[in-house]
Amino acid sequence: MSEIKVSKLCKNFGKNSALTDVSLTLRENCIYGLLGRNGAGKSTLLNILSGRMFPTSGEVTVDGEPLTGNDNALGKIFMMGEQLVFIPSLKVKKMFEVTADFYPDYDMEYAMKLAGNYGLDCKKHIHKLSTGYKTIAKIINALACGAPVVFFDEPVLGLDANHRDMFYRNVIERYTEHPATYVISTHLIEEASSFIERAIIIRESKLIMEEDTEIIRGMGYTVSGKAGDVDSYLSSLGGSSEILRTEVIGGLKTVSIKGQPAGNTQGLEITPLSLQNMFVCLTNENIGKE
Amino acid sequence: MTTLTESDKPIYVQTADWIEDNILSEAFGEETRIPSTTEISVQYKINPATALKGVQMLVDKNIIYKKRGLGMFVAKGAKEKIRETRKQEFFDKYITALISEAQMLGISREEIRQMIDKCFKEGDDK
Repeated sequence: MSEIKVSKLCKNFGKNSALTDVSLTLRENCIYGLLGRNGAGKSTLLNILSGRMFPTSGEVTVDGEPLTGNDNALGKIFMMGEQLVFIPSLKVKKMFEVTADFYPDYDMEYAMKLAGNYGLDCKKHIHKLSTGYKTIAKIINALACGAPVVFFDEPVLGLDANHRDMFYRNVIERYTEHPATYVISTHLIEEASSFIERAIIIRESKLIMEEDTEIIRGMGYTVSGKAGDVDSYLSSLGGSSEILRTEVIGGLKTVSIKGQPAGNTQGLEITPLSLQNMFVCLTNENIGKE
Repeated sequence: MTTLTESDKPIYVQTADWIEDNILSEAFGEETRIPSTTEISVQYKINPATALKGVQMLVDKNIIYKKRGLGMFVAKGAKEKIRETRKQEFFDKYITALISEAQMLGISREEIRQMIDKCFKEGDDK
């Protein structure tokens, strides 16, 4: 088992705080989506959780053991980061072998099979690969690592649609054959929303939500129609509902609201909020403002 | 069905609907094996736990059943059972909506009948 507990994590860079009082538990064998706008603190969080960075305050434990300076705990975690942590002149195959030295459950056969599927030449030096293939090499390394907890920081950056599709399928395939905890940070929410089991949403260095995606999907809805009709619907709700976003085009008004539709909705179009739309509403600076 | 996330329904319900659609069209015949949850989740890029929830929904409705070590199979009489449920849904979803839209547009009962007849006739001619 591998459960990661994060309590009251803070990270400051000079005067700027990258993470503020983040507490959460990563369950064993679950696929997480780590969502947040640029600069929200996603990479910082993953870097701390994988021991690449030290927190300013707070604690991270893996199965009850503190992460810092603990080889046993660190060995349970693999991180595919944005930066290449290997010497650029290394050959791809060698990069897999070096990783396998640190992760005893590394599946070299699987790595080579994936390399073939993606058309990655393992004899090439890493620095000679294109941006996309550098990412692919890192993805393969992460999928084959065999660690019970794997972090992917922006794994689809620079990948074309076909390779992104392959990656998503590989994640699901690998997950069903060798269950592990995956945390995937991404901006392409729509693409990943169907296989992410839980979403972690960070906004301006703070954790604002950690919930089942299926539940998030049911958390809000959008009402649209003639401005007058929408307004009278809103006033029928009273002050109890939280309005997430309002848009007006001509005489047409569209309002995103937290909660479930209630009362008379005749003549109005009601649609549920997708994970992506909910995310946009939750992380928009002008919440509730027109 | 190419993606499962465009509809309003929860993904596990869409998964169950997709299996039912295939049973109705006899792509999944009675007493034959349906794709495993792994196959479904990889194909449609959905979380395996979600796919399992959809499959479980149909197990609870006795539409499919588990053969130990072999996988999920379509139950005998499953197609008829789905048809009955869907017929009721058809009435609730389409007929009721049709009548209320027609009333809004001032279309009479007789006009609706003629439209339906016309549609059937055009279908027959093809």
